[in-house]
Amino acid sequence: MTRQAYWQRQVKRIAILLTIWFVVAYVMGIFLAPTLNQFSFGGVPFGFWMAQQGSIFVFISLIWIYAYFSDKADKEAGLNETDDNMSSASAAH
Amino acid sequence: MGIQEWTWVTVGLTFSAYLYIGYRSRVASTKGFYVAGQGISAIANGAATGADWMSAASFISMAGLISFQGFDGSVYLMGWTGGYVLLALLLAPFLRKFGQYTVPDFVAERYYSQAARVVAAIAAIFVSFTYVAGQMGGVGVAFSRFLGVSFEMGVVIGMVIVAFFASLGGMKGITYTQVAQYCVLIFAYTIPAIAIALALFGNPIPQGAIGEALPILNDLQTDLGLDPYSNPFVNNNMLNVFCITLCLMVGTAGLPHVIVRFYTVKSVSAARWSAFWALLFIGILYTTAPAIAIFAKTEMLQQFVNNGPQGFLELSWVQNWAETGLIDTAAIAALPEASAATVGPFLGAINRDIVVLATPEIAGLSAFIVALVAAGGLAAALSTASGLLLVISSSLAHDIYGKLINPNASDKTRLAVGRGMILFAVVLAGLLGIFPLGFVAEVVAFAFGLAAASFFPVILLGIFWKRANKQGAIAGMSVGLVFTFVMIVLMRTHVVIGAEQPILESFLGIKAQGIGVIGMVLNFALMIGVSLMTAPPPPQVQNLVEQIRYPRMMSEAELAEV
Repeated sequence: MTRQAYWQRQVKRIAILLTIWFVVAYVMGIFLAPTLNQFSFGGVPFGFWMAQQGSIFVFISLIWIYAYFSDKADKEAGLNETDDNMSSASAAH
Repeated sequence: MGIQEWTWVTVGLTFSAYLYIGYRSRVASTKGFYVAGQGISAIANGAATGADWMSAASFISMAGLISFQGFDGSVYLMGWTGGYVLLALLLAPFLRKFGQYTVPDFVAERYYSQAARVVAAIAAIFVSFTYVAGQMGGVGVAFSRFLGVSFEMGVVIGMVIVAFFASLGGMKGITYTQVAQYCVLIFAYTIPAIAIALALFGNPIPQGAIGEALPILNDLQTDLGLDPYSNPFVNNNMLNVFCITLCLMVGTAGLPHVIVRFYTVKSVSAARWSAFWALLFIGILYTTAPAIAIFAKTEMLQQFVNNGPQGFLELSWVQNWAETGLIDTAAIAALPEASAATVGPFLGAINRDIVVLATPEIAGLSAFIVALVAAGGLAAALSTASGLLLVISSSLAHDIYGKLINPNASDKTRLAVGRGMILFAVVLAGLLGIFPLGFVAEVVAFAFGLAAASFFPVILLGIFWKRANKQGAIAGMSVGLVFTFVMIVLMRTHVVIGAEQPILESFLGIKAQGIGVIGMVLNFALMIGVSLMTAPPPPQVQNLVEQIRYPRMMSEAELAEV
């Protein structure tokens, strides 16, 4: 895979994950919270639960997915760091 | 033993541990001092980031704010966790690849301009001082209640301790101390929550006990004529809840003391994973906080209803806290009875900052647990303060002195200047703590607006848009920062200079805490507009942008391939 193709895939991955981030935090946790509050989730109004609990669990999962699949993509493209090619301070310029 | 004695034990033991760790990890080079030699593992950096992140505001004030705001307190919960998604996906891995010491370093290199460095360094100092003032205030509150010293004395004790390990060990000392502080603070936070959840609901998981606790609280609030706790937009309208949440998230991703933590890990991959660990560790506290908020509010309202105002004042925890002046006993004593008419003034008489520190006492837990919470609150405040002081010191010593005033200084001189700047910053921060600017969390919240309006757009476009240039960055950063600062001052005139009325109520309906969002939009718009109207950045800068996008080092030849 070329480095350009790698970068495009990374940007796409970031865009998808941030869309989920926005929907969970802003659409479910804020804009639709009054509506979702009509449904109960384990005794808690669902909009409230999303805003104060669920969203945080989703945020943690999103970073896990990003880290895991980026590692895979790095290796596939031959762009992963090994002991030989590690960047040290000020090496990038 | 009573609360006082146990507090001396827990605080004494944990502080000895911090000092020992700080002494063991002392450093002798600037690389060790600023970025811990870039040898920290992902999980240790995650824990250190968690401690760095969870400040006096998170530990001491947040659950209290949520407790009094109900649903609308979600802005802090989502705002201070959701920003890590932005940080992990958009900034941290790329800044690690860049690999220099400070955020102004990146800005200066990417925007090939020492002027941009100066603006960034000033912004970093400004944001960090705003933030550290809140921390020192938090230390004062915790010490004055638990060690029985005056508020001012508490601040001074905190200053001495922070100065000791921050100047000795730099980033390395701070990192390993923060790992220990994370352990202390997370135990101190969760153990009382578990004990209360178990005692009241027979459920050892506080997050799970919300299901049983919330309906009780909602009924209690309805009986007292208040809106149900879980109803949204009672204190703030939807627009402001949205803006404040976004502002806190983007601000989180733009805070220099958080960003710089990702410079300390071994690799780009470790930077991504350490963001995951950091948010996991932070999430433990942040999902527990709403449970504590609900438990505390339920207990307080129930005690008020059951005992009436006079009986409430005779409760032992109330008497303990009355001495600190954080409960307005005169106001409560003046209330005739517990009813819908008096519940508002009753809640108004209790300082939000005491909720977490007082919850174990409110629930009647043992003195040892109360003391543990004190040690945790101090760990939270001190770990954050030390991280912030290092940013202030590195901005002054590395960016201003080392890069501008005396670029030929030896490593030894730079290290000495760095240490000196920490001492200077500590004294200034202590003064800011003794003469506080408002509620701890409120002060801290403004740092986010400033960070959101200055750093986030500059770094983000610096990575994802090669065309972003020097003129755009300087214009965007300066205008974003100045606009946000002026707006906050205008809207908070009654707090800042003691005027009777704020000069400005809101801007387009957005209040002070969320105004950073507008500053950020201005910054983005100016950066894009001005960049497009001026010359593109030189080829070597565009190469640098290309380079930081890929984890491993790319050779010149590889980058030249199209």
